[in-house]
Amino acid sequence: MPDQDKYNEADPLSEAGTGEEEMPSAVESRTFDLGTMEGQSLIKAERLADHPETPAIEDRVVARSLWQDAWRDLRRNPIFIISGLLIIFLVVMAIWPGLFTSTDPLKCDLSKSQQGAESGHPFGFDTQGCDVYSRTVHGARASITVGVCATAGAALTGTVLGGLAGFFGGWLDSVVSRIADIFFGIPILLGGLVFLSVIPSQSIWIVVAFIVVLGWPQLARIGRGAVITAKQQDYVTAARALGAGNARLMLRHILPNAVAPIIVVATIALGTYIALEATLSFLGVGLKPPTVSWGIDISSAADTFRNAPHMLLYPAGALSLTVLAFIMLGDAVRDALDPKLR
Amino acid sequence: MSTSVSSASAGSRADTVDSSDAPLLQVNDLHVEFRTRDGVAKAVNGVDYSVRAGETLAVLGESGSGKSVTAQAIMGILDSPPGHITGGEIIFKGRDLLKLGSEDRRQIRGAQMAMIFQDALSSLNPVHTVGAQLGEMYRVHKGSSRKEATAKAIELMDRVRIPAAKDRVNDYPHQFSGGMRQRIMIAMALALEPDLIIADEPTTALDVTVQAQVMDLLAELQAEYHMGLILITHDLGVVADVADKIAVMYAGRIVETAPVGELYARPAHPYTRGLLDSIPRLDQKGQELYAIKGLPPNLLHIPAGCAFNPRCPRAQEICRQEVPRLFQVTENDGTELAGRGSACFFWKETLNGE
Repeated sequence: MPDQDKYNEADPLSEAGTGEEEMPSAVESRTFDLGTMEGQSLIKAERLADHPETPAIEDRVVARSLWQDAWRDLRRNPIFIISGLLIIFLVVMAIWPGLFTSTDPLKCDLSKSQQGAESGHPFGFDTQGCDVYSRTVHGARASITVGVCATAGAALTGTVLGGLAGFFGGWLDSVVSRIADIFFGIPILLGGLVFLSVIPSQSIWIVVAFIVVLGWPQLARIGRGAVITAKQQDYVTAARALGAGNARLMLRHILPNAVAPIIVVATIALGTYIALEATLSFLGVGLKPPTVSWGIDISSAADTFRNAPHMLLYPAGALSLTVLAFIMLGDAVRDALDPKLR
Repeated sequence: MSTSVSSASAGSRADTVDSSDAPLLQVNDLHVEFRTRDGVAKAVNGVDYSVRAGETLAVLGESGSGKSVTAQAIMGILDSPPGHITGGEIIFKGRDLLKLGSEDRRQIRGAQMAMIFQDALSSLNPVHTVGAQLGEMYRVHKGSSRKEATAKAIELMDRVRIPAAKDRVNDYPHQFSGGMRQRIMIAMALALEPDLIIADEPTTALDVTVQAQVMDLLAELQAEYHMGLILITHDLGVVADVADKIAVMYAGRIVETAPVGELYARPAHPYTRGLLDSIPRLDQKGQELYAIKGLPPNLLHIPAGCAFNPRCPRAQEICRQEVPRLFQVTENDGTELAGRGSACFFWKETLNGE
């Protein structure tokens, strides 16, 4: 824009444009325009007043979206780095336990029952004579799978149902909210004891489904609230006034503005779901042997804790560390997405 | 801000108005009410107005006079519930919009009629770049590719004179100043070259120097695209320079209509007169500024008769009993003044300034 630069140079006001000086100049050129109604001087008047924005272009900070901003915050947050490394480590352990141990967790030798550490078996043996180290490593898979799948399922169900309820309101909102209230009212442990004990198969997916069924109302409430807040924003009305349909409004204008609290709550929920799986397994209604799970190991070690504390400490430590890592991650994500909460 | 308008500029703009064709938009006897917990608030009680292509109609009124609600009803973005259109018709290019299905109406929005909102910052989505939002118009209505849409977005930003549009297309709304954001809103409304634009207080959120630029830009683009423009405002100064005709609203009714110059020179309704008298003027320096006494009526309990009667210096018994219709305003010798109407029983006295 060469002619624009010309105006900038020609105008002494543009360099030190205090409000007081700009006012009369703008008014002057305006009254002049009223008489002539010519575009040319109009353009000039506009460029003068808008000038402060023009030179900033060369050294302007690169535009960042909310997610880029959040990522920048996260990278500098030590809590995120620590929890992130821990989670990567745990996920690798869950996917490829063979990288950490070559001992089969199900190959047990009763003669070594409850014995302490020895070479090749750093964590010692449990009551059945199985290698505690190998069982701790292999137990990560059950915990992480249940945690991730249950969170994904609950977040998806909750966001879709809560989002639709918030967007359309009316009877749909009433129906979804009341159903959510019903599930919300079921104490999760009592529900687990009742439902899971009557289901004969105790595969990992039954436990996941159970947590999804009892966990989605929490995310649906968050999602519904976030969608209602976003729906009332002027930009949604503006998009509607410019011809956007419901699907576009929901997916493009409301969802990106409502998804942050859902992500935060879901990340924190992930940690609690892992703890929940361990609790259910401890109570004997979650996962069942031969599945290797920290909860099962903690349960079987609890009776003999005073004789052989190592049997309890290692799986319990691994569980605590995992839950802690996910909850720390959730905290860090919340700080990054909503700095006002800090 | 000057409230007088030179007759030359008003005349030159009037030439661009098609007087031959039927109006682009005709609103007839529109009624809108809000059913609230406290009762039914009658926000719009029989509004009639029309806009031709290339013409600017200014709708003037206090907060709560129903000007924005009328616009939302025309656009079809009235929140319902609680808002309900209970009567009247909105004829746009020969079709009654109130009889169309929601999908037909959606296709008209944006493509054939568009709206500019008051607060450009909150009307732009903070998570998308302005380029993406401008381009969305083409992607939704025309099915353009992402690349075409971005090119179009840059073109639009150039049209509304945003400097260095190419560099700024990927910026987010918060990175623009208030005036620039309002330009982006204007660009978005103009994108598909609609036949009608409704600007709902487009300059209220801007500071005075930028207001003038934005209004001038709007007027210029309107003349260029030959669009109908409905300008909703409560600022008499903004209206004077841009509008062709004015409709003054009070309590959901139009109380006076007039070509812009005449309204300022000789108002025919006590409310309009009150509004004009409450503009500060240099020649009245040191005197007390006139104010219309009282408050706008509660829409849940609109006074019987003329809604303005409790605040009106001219109110007589008849004003408390009968609702005045919009009378044709004439000169003292009986010649009709084109386009002038006043919903006051005493329009003649008011017109003559008695």
